[in-house]
Amino acid sequence: MSRPVQFNNTVKFQGIPEGYMGEGFMATNFEKVVSLARKNSIWPLPFATSCCGIEFMATMASHYDLARFGSERVGFSPRQCDLLMVMGTIAKKMGPVLKQVYLQMAEPRWVMAVGACASSGGIFDSYSVLQGIDQVIPVDVYVPGCPPRPEAILDGFMKIQELVDKEGLRRRNSDQYRDLLAGYGIQ
Amino acid sequence: MALTNDIIREKLTEKFGDALTDWQEPYGMLTFTAPKELNLKILQHLYDDETLGFRFLTDLQAVHFPDRKGEELCVVYHLHNMRDNVRIRFKVYTDIQSPDVFSATSLYQTANWMERETYDFFGVNFIGHPNLIRVLNVDEMDYFPLRKEYPVEDQTRIDKDDEMFGRGTY
Repeated sequence: MSRPVQFNNTVKFQGIPEGYMGEGFMATNFEKVVSLARKNSIWPLPFATSCCGIEFMATMASHYDLARFGSERVGFSPRQCDLLMVMGTIAKKMGPVLKQVYLQMAEPRWVMAVGACASSGGIFDSYSVLQGIDQVIPVDVYVPGCPPRPEAILDGFMKIQELVDKEGLRRRNSDQYRDLLAGYGIQ
Repeated sequence: MALTNDIIREKLTEKFGDALTDWQEPYGMLTFTAPKELNLKILQHLYDDETLGFRFLTDLQAVHFPDRKGEELCVVYHLHNMRDNVRIRFKVYTDIQSPDVFSATSLYQTANWMERETYDFFGVNFIGHPNLIRVLNVDEMDYFPLRKEYPVEDQTRIDKDDEMFGRGTY
């Protein structure tokens, strides 16, 4: 007799990367394995300063459930996290603090600017507000909206996953990347 | 007997005479103007006097009036008598070229941060303040942003189209 309620009957598995398989072994591209692991275990660091942070709380909670994307573990120490999610208005006085948090994260690290304020200063075209966090740190994905709905944040998160998936293992050692960081006065 | 505006006014005129001017009662709140040299004496008198008993400085801030030549900056004190639940407010005006006003920190500790904030945004120089430095804005800021000659918008922005923000040249 089948149970009246079925749980977890729509579980999706990540595909196995292309490779040569035999009994008890598998040979494949190392980069593919690493990016498969990385993109499905991103630890986000929420840097929430205002209303976008509230949307993120909804994204994290059971209804939208960020954990489905392998981000069950939201970290609150920059040293352990892979993805800095900046949500909300960043005042100019907060700029150096944000940069410090970014510097404390270990490579590889990604940054997502959630909402109009983090992306461009939003409606706060004011002497006290940073006009977009990309003035102090490099940003990988911008999520538009004021504030964005949880679906939009999830979409941005999936874009990050895509970036993580496609990123070559040597990118962080490349000259271009070093130049990018140097453009922000890092290292 | 309840403390009314008339009693307060009478008491203050008795002590300071004609120095206090521009008496008003907008929405029932007694308001007057005083010479800036007298600000501490008035605060002290309002604090000490048994009948008046204004012992809580609720707020302190400045207003910039570019059109009032010679008295552009106005420092406003809001006081509260907790016993009778009466509030009053008085203003002192100062020249923007020499924005020196005596600090109320010796009488009210709470004036410390409020005077720092007022200095931060309007550049009022509070004489006798123990630590008159910026409190809210970035330390590198080299102007006083709420003075009217400075636009509120960020002048370093490069990507914002004025027309999209409703202030373009039509």
